[in-house]
Amino acid sequence: MPDDGPLGPEVLTGWGGAVRSAGTLHHPTAADVARRLGAAGPRGLIARGLGRSYGDPALNAGGDVLAPLPTAIGPLAGDGTVEVSAGTSLHDLVRFLLPRGRFVPVTPGTRYVTVGGALACDVHGKSHHRSGSFGDQVVSVDLVLPDGTARTVTPETDAELYWATVGGMGLTGVITGARLRTVPVETAYLDTTTRRLGDLDAVLAEMVASDDDYAYSVAWIDTDARGSSLGRAVLSRGDHATRDQLSGRSAADPLAVPGPPRVTVPFVPPVGLVTRPAVRAFNELWFHKAPRLRTGELQTISQFFHPLDGVAHWNRLYGPRGFVQYQLVVPEHRDDVVRSVLEQVSRDRHPTFLTVLKRFGPGNPGWLSFPTAGWTLALDFPARRDLAPMLDRFDEEVVAAGGRVYLAKDARLRPELLPAMYPRLADFRELRDRLDPERRLQSDLARRLSL
Amino acid sequence: MINALGQPQTVLLLGGTSDIALALGRSWARQPGLYVVLAARPGTRREAAAEELRSAGAEVEEVDFEATDTAAHPALIEGLAAGRDIDVAVVAFGVLGDEEQAWQDHDAAVHLAEVNYVAPVSVGVCLAQRLRRQGHGVIVAFSSVAGERVRRSNFAYGASKAGMDGFYLGLGEALRGSGARVLVVRPGFVHTKMTAGRAPAPLSVTAEQVADAVTEAVASGDDLIWVPGAMRGVMSGLRHVPRALFRRLPI
Repeated sequence: MPDDGPLGPEVLTGWGGAVRSAGTLHHPTAADVARRLGAAGPRGLIARGLGRSYGDPALNAGGDVLAPLPTAIGPLAGDGTVEVSAGTSLHDLVRFLLPRGRFVPVTPGTRYVTVGGALACDVHGKSHHRSGSFGDQVVSVDLVLPDGTARTVTPETDAELYWATVGGMGLTGVITGARLRTVPVETAYLDTTTRRLGDLDAVLAEMVASDDDYAYSVAWIDTDARGSSLGRAVLSRGDHATRDQLSGRSAADPLAVPGPPRVTVPFVPPVGLVTRPAVRAFNELWFHKAPRLRTGELQTISQFFHPLDGVAHWNRLYGPRGFVQYQLVVPEHRDDVVRSVLEQVSRDRHPTFLTVLKRFGPGNPGWLSFPTAGWTLALDFPARRDLAPMLDRFDEEVVAAGGRVYLAKDARLRPELLPAMYPRLADFRELRDRLDPERRLQSDLARRLSL
Repeated sequence: MINALGQPQTVLLLGGTSDIALALGRSWARQPGLYVVLAARPGTRREAAAEELRSAGAEVEEVDFEATDTAAHPALIEGLAAGRDIDVAVVAFGVLGDEEQAWQDHDAAVHLAEVNYVAPVSVGVCLAQRLRRQGHGVIVAFSSVAGERVRRSNFAYGASKAGMDGFYLGLGEALRGSGARVLVVRPGFVHTKMTAGRAPAPLSVTAEQVADAVTEAVASGDDLIWVPGAMRGVMSGLRHVPRALFRRLPI
């Protein structure tokens, strides 16, 4: 849709639903972006993708918000790279690539993110220990700088701007497109191994011992377990299945593309449905339903990577107050922080529906990129005022251990902790002063954390 | 910005020396990094209030504010906390006055109406424009259960609060969809400087209890609360008592 001008401000929220503000939404074409930047008022502009960031990076209170650019993909080049517009979703990209025997090397827990958003947040997936994060898979990025000039940036030609943009939360310029690497796959299925492990030590030991044998690895943690079973988990790992591993229906259509969501949560219930008893029951069931060890089970891309994509608007289940995601990373030898966080969550009986532990490989040079070698733990909590002291304590522990929290999910961090978490923050701020002295690019996240 | 757990970064207290405003400021200051704009008359009370909030950990900016000088309000509110968004603006000023003097003494009656009704309308209009432009923020307006059904015993005060209450409820509706919101607070009898020496009514509360209820309501996005919550039931009953019976009630 071309840019017909604003309809007036509308209230936008993060995916968590716990932060909201009103901005003026525009539906631009790639050609409009420079003009929009030039016309940005004192509250500036931010590009927004499909709104899957949990917190406030794609909100711009009182300013302009650019909706995703139209989808544009391809063609697939001989070297396996593909040129896409920033507004292309990973869902559309996967549907384009699979029939051609290719796949995205990094996919987060949902396919409903745009390429621009994935780059700006430098998202990661279950493959980080082997493939790194999204920014590691990019050949070049098309960027419109705050002064309106268009630039194609690569890590080789302009390392500074490239690594400020990867994980830069959309504040170095508006990303309009990218050339991405893809990986070959024979099928749309994963050959998976599921293992139930009785406590945190067993989980950590197993992941250290054999994560590297699998392309993908993630542990789901039962946060209700306490005492000697604290940290008990279902570890799920996998590799792309080969054609000869398929049989029956899957063999007939080995590169079947994933479909749209099957179920929708139609409205926000007046009270959140993610309550302690419900979560407790779910955790209990989920843990015991998992096999002690099962190998060779074939799963679809949706089952393995994106189970929540099957339910549209699942975030509504948290009710009008929404929820917050807390994701930390600490170096591998600081697994005591992971243990301490799990102990406090289980002791204070905070309901967390999906707690996930992964082992990151080395991080990339992205200035504000989140991943760095070590343990990453993600937890979600229904948003409540009394969470603040606990999460503040977690922040302190994470900083003391040399770790950080994930800005794409944050909606509550105290700004003064940020420089310790992201040592290149000063460089990032200096670059913004240089590139964007008038602050044409702004967001609620940038305002809240003084990025 | 107000964060996902309802914690503001910048708070404006209009009438910042009142016990309730101070209790609110202290409550938000429990989280480090709070910036408070303390708008009140200059003097020792304001200095003491600023000192109290600073020792609670907040950074405090003191600003001269005279409720009845409505001509000065637009420029004042426009210039406040330059470069910062106002996340929460608290309209906490008001006078109780002497109940019998307030309807017999012309000066006293006009003054009470100006401070309790005209001035809140004046700052409400200015705050609404500012918050609408910044696309987010909460205006907390201190009304009173006295405004819900005006009683003979303090009707000048009650009527001024009724008018103020109605204005801010309407302002909240007008701001719907702008990102800015209004929270109207109807406390019952609160033990404060303002009520010192008066016999406490049933269901009376402390300033700290009011502050707790307000911080929770700001976090959860409510637009109207009674403190204590039980007052809501009491008042909805009283509202429908026939006048002939109402005048005989010992309230």
